[in-house]
Amino acid sequence: MTNPLSRALQSLGAPVTNALIKLGFACRFLVSVLKVSPFALCRFSLTMREIWFAGVLSVLIIVVSGLFVGMVLALQGYETLVRFGASSSLGVLVALSLVRELGPVIGALLFASRAGSAITAEIGLMKATEQLSAMEMMAVNPVARVVAPKFWGGVISMPLLAALFSAMGIFGGYLVGVQLLGLDAGSFWSQMQSAVDFRLDVVNGVIKSVCFGFAVSLIAVFEGYDAPPTAEGVSGATTRTVVTSALVILGLDVLLTAFMFRGI
Amino acid sequence: MVVFDDVSFGYGEQPVLRDLSLRIDRGQVVAIMGGSGSGKTTLLKLIGGQLRARTGRVLVDGDDVGTMNETTLYGMRRKLGMLFQFGALFTDLSVYDNVAFPLRERGKLPESVVRDLVLMKLHAVGLRGAAQLMPAELSGGMARRVALARAIALDPAIMLYDEPFTGLDPISLGVTGQLIRELNDALGGASIVVTHDVAESLAIVDYVYFLADGAVVAQGTPDEVRASTHPFVKQFINAEPDGPVPFHRDAEPYATALNLERP
Amino acid sequence: MKRTMIDFWVGLFIALGIVALLFLALKVSSQSSLPASSTYTVTANFENIGGLKVRAPVKSAGVVVGRVAAITLDPQRYVASVTMKLDDRYHFSRDTSAEILTAGLLGEQYVGLEPGADEKMLMNGDRITITSSAIVLEQLISRFLFSKADEGGNAHTEK
Repeated sequence: MTNPLSRALQSLGAPVTNALIKLGFACRFLVSVLKVSPFALCRFSLTMREIWFAGVLSVLIIVVSGLFVGMVLALQGYETLVRFGASSSLGVLVALSLVRELGPVIGALLFASRAGSAITAEIGLMKATEQLSAMEMMAVNPVARVVAPKFWGGVISMPLLAALFSAMGIFGGYLVGVQLLGLDAGSFWSQMQSAVDFRLDVVNGVIKSVCFGFAVSLIAVFEGYDAPPTAEGVSGATTRTVVTSALVILGLDVLLTAFMFRGI
Repeated sequence: MVVFDDVSFGYGEQPVLRDLSLRIDRGQVVAIMGGSGSGKTTLLKLIGGQLRARTGRVLVDGDDVGTMNETTLYGMRRKLGMLFQFGALFTDLSVYDNVAFPLRERGKLPESVVRDLVLMKLHAVGLRGAAQLMPAELSGGMARRVALARAIALDPAIMLYDEPFTGLDPISLGVTGQLIRELNDALGGASIVVTHDVAESLAIVDYVYFLADGAVVAQGTPDEVRASTHPFVKQFINAEPDGPVPFHRDAEPYATALNLERP
Repeated sequence: MKRTMIDFWVGLFIALGIVALLFLALKVSSQSSLPASSTYTVTANFENIGGLKVRAPVKSAGVVVGRVAAITLDPQRYVASVTMKLDDRYHFSRDTSAEILTAGLLGEQYVGLEPGADEKMLMNGDRITITSSAIVLEQLISRFLFSKADEGGNAHTEK
């Protein structure tokens, strides 16, 4: 370590250098996951099983939370809009906030805590109990057999979950706005439809959720694979998955939103 | 079939193996003995190519493991079967699917052939009746036997056993020892047993290496070992606390640690 | 869990997700940006566009017939040049007039087209020459206030 650059990096201290080393390893890990992905996706029953774990088992929490979030949005929005005599725009408010922001973001946060932590714990425990080593010794690549299907299962599930969240939220908004507060159903839907743009709002929301799915799945499988093979190691990795995912989701959201809606 | 040629290895600064040389021939069951932390498990990982030697060569069936790329390494591993210390069964698969795992991953065997092979292997370890159980429902000894059935599913030429005797009751112990011997004779390959269970392994092996501090300190056939006057071997076989292998890890003097010394 | 059960639930999950996406696509949103192939472009200059934004609707008789594609300032004449993409299905005569209108008192601004009587139709790249600018509410109010103040001032001097 004699060259000035590495000295400069070392002076930043161990936390920074360790974080950089980890980031570099995560990139290398992503490449090795992508490299074996064709194999993993060819055996689609493996990915099916992971969609079951990551997607199907998250449906309940997504649907219920989506419904509640939509209802709260409608109640809160109505209070404000009715002062300006614009209560017929309630559908617009609910739909735009869900489709653009809350669906992808809250969906991804729930997904990270429900499915991401489970993925990390499973891979971490498989490593701790030498199951990954055993696979390697059986000439089966654990990245291809275990990691890649979990990764793609998450990537495929996430946009579907986010769409379910938004749809349920809008339904919740409809229940509160039309059934409870007595707005006109026709204007609720038609105002919403004329104000929400398919390409600008819906497609961008889906793009966001795909990006979040990619990020959360990568963090989850990486933390599991990188976890120290002990009980504390796995529990720490599970916590890190949820915390890192939340930070990355929100940070990415700022970036993507600035990129998508800037100047329009 | 397995040759270590002046192999050195270490994790970071800490050396684990120093200029280790040993060979295992076809038909032999060889025990590697040594205290905890003497580098026994590292030795198995070097054979499997999960670790690479710093210097020297590890030859498996004549090929140098250290120079293999990923493809040839995976090809070489197909000749190996490994029994892990705690079995390392896949907890999300049933016993049947665990044993079928290497068969299904390997090739395009029809499911009926897989079924026959799985039942044969399970029969060999006496657990055909446990085929539909999940690993969580097995005792430690049974899990080890299932893992053994899985390791031999592809009839490997070289079997590696990592501590196969720890935590077994005396009956399972004898059965496992006999299984190792019989399997080796049936497969006609070589077996390496890493263990510190002296009595059980001396009963079944052809040759013994004693490892201490990453080097071979003694070797010989079981009869030679029993007759040996080498202090290390004597300590190990008779389980004496004092001898070349210290029971205590290096530390400050006991009296100092307990603040018993007068100032 | 049997494999067929997994297949069933995963299939149901994916179907639900696609239904949700379709719901968002068909019921919640509308395809407001017209496909590029079926539009033609016309421009119009305005002295003041007020609060007109890109992607604001272009309407004729209240029907949306296109969108504002770009707004730039003409550097020679200091007027706003508004580029509009109009739906191919609708054609307007060359003496069509364009004005910037406001939906309601405070609503969004849009371009209104009033067809003329010319035989020839507007073609791709043509310019609409008859335009009237946006009504800027502040200007309107200040004009009104000034005229009131003038009246009041006159009345005062008369006394």
